[in-house]
Amino acid sequence: MIRRRLASLLLLAVASCAAPPDGRRSGYEFMGPDTRAMQDDDASNPASLWVLDGESLWRARAGAANKACADCHGDAGRSMRGVAARYPAFDSSRGTLLDLDQRINLCRTTRQNASALQPESRELLALSAFIGRQSRGLPIDIAVPREAEPLLEAGRAAFRRRQGQLNLACTQCHDRLAGEKLAGNPIPQAHPTGYPIYRLEWQGLGSLQRRLRNCMIGVRAEPYAYGAPEYVELEYYLMWRSRGMRLETPAVRP
Amino acid sequence: MARAIVKVPARARRGEIIELRAIVGHVMETGFRHTEKGALVPRDIIRQMVCRYNGIEIFRADFHPAVAANPLVVFNTIATESGRIEFTWTGDNGFAASESAPIAVE
Repeated sequence: MIRRRLASLLLLAVASCAAPPDGRRSGYEFMGPDTRAMQDDDASNPASLWVLDGESLWRARAGAANKACADCHGDAGRSMRGVAARYPAFDSSRGTLLDLDQRINLCRTTRQNASALQPESRELLALSAFIGRQSRGLPIDIAVPREAEPLLEAGRAAFRRRQGQLNLACTQCHDRLAGEKLAGNPIPQAHPTGYPIYRLEWQGLGSLQRRLRNCMIGVRAEPYAYGAPEYVELEYYLMWRSRGMRLETPAVRP
Repeated sequence: MARAIVKVPARARRGEIIELRAIVGHVMETGFRHTEKGALVPRDIIRQMVCRYNGIEIFRADFHPAVAANPLVVFNTIATESGRIEFTWTGDNGFAASESAPIAVE
């Protein structure tokens, strides 16, 4: 009894940390208690299987350089803490935005002399889940340098642009109708706080781009190719919009 | 070797009811789905999960195509003695996985 009361107090405390005073709410708060419990316990969260794979990949040598991530970055618990909370980030030397998956692949091609990992491949998802896990609980902290302002605006414009045969903009559901229902399911506020996520509907782990693709197909728009700059700009805007909220990676979503 | 994660209480009192959790990575392909070209995707599922407490079987489950991918199984048992609790999974295409954890009973 006491334990149950303690647990509910703890849940209350978690919920109050997760909700910033401005009314922004993570998708976590729209889920039922069973799905929340699944996310909160590493031994129940199926994404832990990918995190463990990512940990092995982190230490595995790859490519012509025969180097592992750990050979340069050392202990991920220290070196990768907070990193995922800062992505997508503007790379000033290249003049482009990079999301975490692109950053991982850039390291592979330029430092390890290995081939880039395929989008949505088990290896890439495992590495991004493992790196993301090191920032769990930290506030999302997206920097917008002057050169990146037009890219942020492009992402904002994409969020507000009507598209597809249904002629719907993201904002119409995720701002104006958030908290209402779509086919019986709650519409969340589109804060990507836990990617890559284990989505029960997918029966597997998937990236934010895969989720964006789902929404685009839903409004009968033609999805972009994985890694398209349009996606990264939208990811950048969405993460900026969630700044200050806590990273939940790897999250579980219905 | 497939990944598995098990949760066993590290210590327990003799006679205490303890909760065991086990999750294993598997696609659990039903055998009812078709590709875009109409070919049947062959069934690939876990058929059985067995849990042994110091070598003695305490739990067994048969899995069927309706079981979700990466199945999580939670059940209870009584802590009787110190030792190891071992979980094994076997399935189609020679699938085999196992994981174990120690328990100290006072």
